[in-house]
Amino acid sequence: MNQANHGHTLAEKILSRVSGVDGIVPGQIVEGRVDLAMMHEQGASSVEPFRAMGAEKVWDPERVVIAIDHWVPASSEGAAVIHRILRKFATEYHLPHMYDVGNHGICHQVLAEDGWVVPGDLAVGTDSHTNMLGAMGAVASGIGPTEMAAVLALGRLWLKAPPTIQIRVRGRLGPGVTAKDLILRIVGEVKTSGAAYKSIEFTGPTIEALSMPERFTLCNMTTEMGAKCGMVAADGKTMEYLAGIAKHAMHPISADPDAHYERVIDIDVDGMPPMVACPYSPDNVRPLTDVVKEQVKVDQVFLGSCTNARIEDLREAAVLMKGRKVHAGVRYIVSPASTAIYNQALREGIIEIFTDAGAVFTNSSCSACFGGNMGILAPDEVCASSSNRNFPGRMGPKEGRIYLMSPAATVAAAVNGVISDHRELA
Amino acid sequence: MQDVITGRVWVLGDDVDTDGIIGGKYLTLMDPNELKKHVFEIALPEFAANARPGDIVVAGPNFGSGSSREAAPAAIRAAGVGAVVADSFARIFFRNCINLGVTAIEANGARALFEKGDIARIEVRTGRIVNERTGRSVTFPPLPPHLLELLEVGGLVEKVRRELIAERARAPT
Repeated sequence: MNQANHGHTLAEKILSRVSGVDGIVPGQIVEGRVDLAMMHEQGASSVEPFRAMGAEKVWDPERVVIAIDHWVPASSEGAAVIHRILRKFATEYHLPHMYDVGNHGICHQVLAEDGWVVPGDLAVGTDSHTNMLGAMGAVASGIGPTEMAAVLALGRLWLKAPPTIQIRVRGRLGPGVTAKDLILRIVGEVKTSGAAYKSIEFTGPTIEALSMPERFTLCNMTTEMGAKCGMVAADGKTMEYLAGIAKHAMHPISADPDAHYERVIDIDVDGMPPMVACPYSPDNVRPLTDVVKEQVKVDQVFLGSCTNARIEDLREAAVLMKGRKVHAGVRYIVSPASTAIYNQALREGIIEIFTDAGAVFTNSSCSACFGGNMGILAPDEVCASSSNRNFPGRMGPKEGRIYLMSPAATVAAAVNGVISDHRELA
Repeated sequence: MQDVITGRVWVLGDDVDTDGIIGGKYLTLMDPNELKKHVFEIALPEFAANARPGDIVVAGPNFGSGSSREAAPAAIRAAGVGAVVADSFARIFFRNCINLGVTAIEANGARALFEKGDIARIEVRTGRIVNERTGRSVTFPPLPPHLLELLEVGGLVEKVRRELIAERARAPT
């Protein structure tokens, strides 16, 4: 059957918009005009290739955001040099939109908070979790710094139109069961390469009922399935979220009803328990209730990362944390996803709830997530984490064991010193 | 890029992610010659000290999954690796390889052909990889023309440099 006779998926339609090519089919290579380019620290490695290309200017300074997040404030001389390279680059090429120490945040979160990515966009960033912005109904994808240098010079890049997996979700998430549990379940089913080079479209009544922050969590971890992008089509919630903050024109696009999907996955979340990804892969997913039986003792607990450190995540955790103490011998690290979230948590008394309990509440950064800044494990230590990856060496030593879970489940681990069911705390 | 690449093989497993290629703690190292000292530290600890220029890395499926760090192929390139071959690649890693001029060959079934130390011969344009010791081979779809072109000029920097020169030549003065 000729796919061209079908309708088109969200990814195909957005790529048509940004390339000017109609009737795109998977596998077709197109040149897409970039609506937003984001660089974090890795962007420092774009500067040399950008100069070597002989580019005289950045194609559109209003479409470029620099947001440092991995080492903020600089935790080593190397990081300080990287930050300085970016500041100098921003000055030299008149790039006004840099989120630097003091108004910093995790790059994807600041893009969301300030409306930098809007429906119908093609957004690229130097971080693999750029997929998160797909929750705006946009194609958002990670690229490397040399590729970013080309984008800065030309404002476009080639893309192979991806086949699409549609994930239709119905049912109601139970008490204490979150968007994180849903995406962990999906990663467990699709596996880490199951969506390689593909687009994922989330649809169905459960997805429609999710808030924007929950959709961010969902799309964020499409990266863990190898997806090029993961999306929720823009709807009333998207438009409401972006009202007054959208930085450029919105083009809300929906998939055609007769779009051709390579694969359709149906998921019913009724009765679904909370989920945990066990070492050493995000797809090694089991129900929390099973993992609890193993009495997994934790040394460190991390509530943070672009996946789950928004104000809604912190509120949910703080409700459980209030009046309790972090277990003796456990280090509980809480790192908000942005400075705006930090300030909001301060106003709401959330920071005090955590610090009274014996947790450490840090400034916003990627923090313990990636094993290069703070919250490094000692060999053989165990961490319960709300982040997105648990590969060998992710938090430093190869042997470190990381269990991925929802923010609420991190509280139960911190309080009990073993991985536990947070629904029993409530 | 050479049309035929021959080299000594290092074998990697399945789903080798970018943390296994170059750890997060090394990401502030911007000098590729520093990075290469730590390449595959987790996935193949003996590699960095023993690799020779022209060696070929052969991995299983989903090679390079995880982060967007170009430090991974930059470290591989600095180590002098002649080509990376995998049953399949993660997308950003594959793209980063080609952009840096590192020949990346997706050849399903390649991993099973080789043991450490075998000699591989890769026929890049015709799409065949041969184990010179056993004589066994697999075929693969050759890279599409736009990617071959990128490798021929040595990577994305040179390609864009030429495009910008051409653009300026076309522009009215």
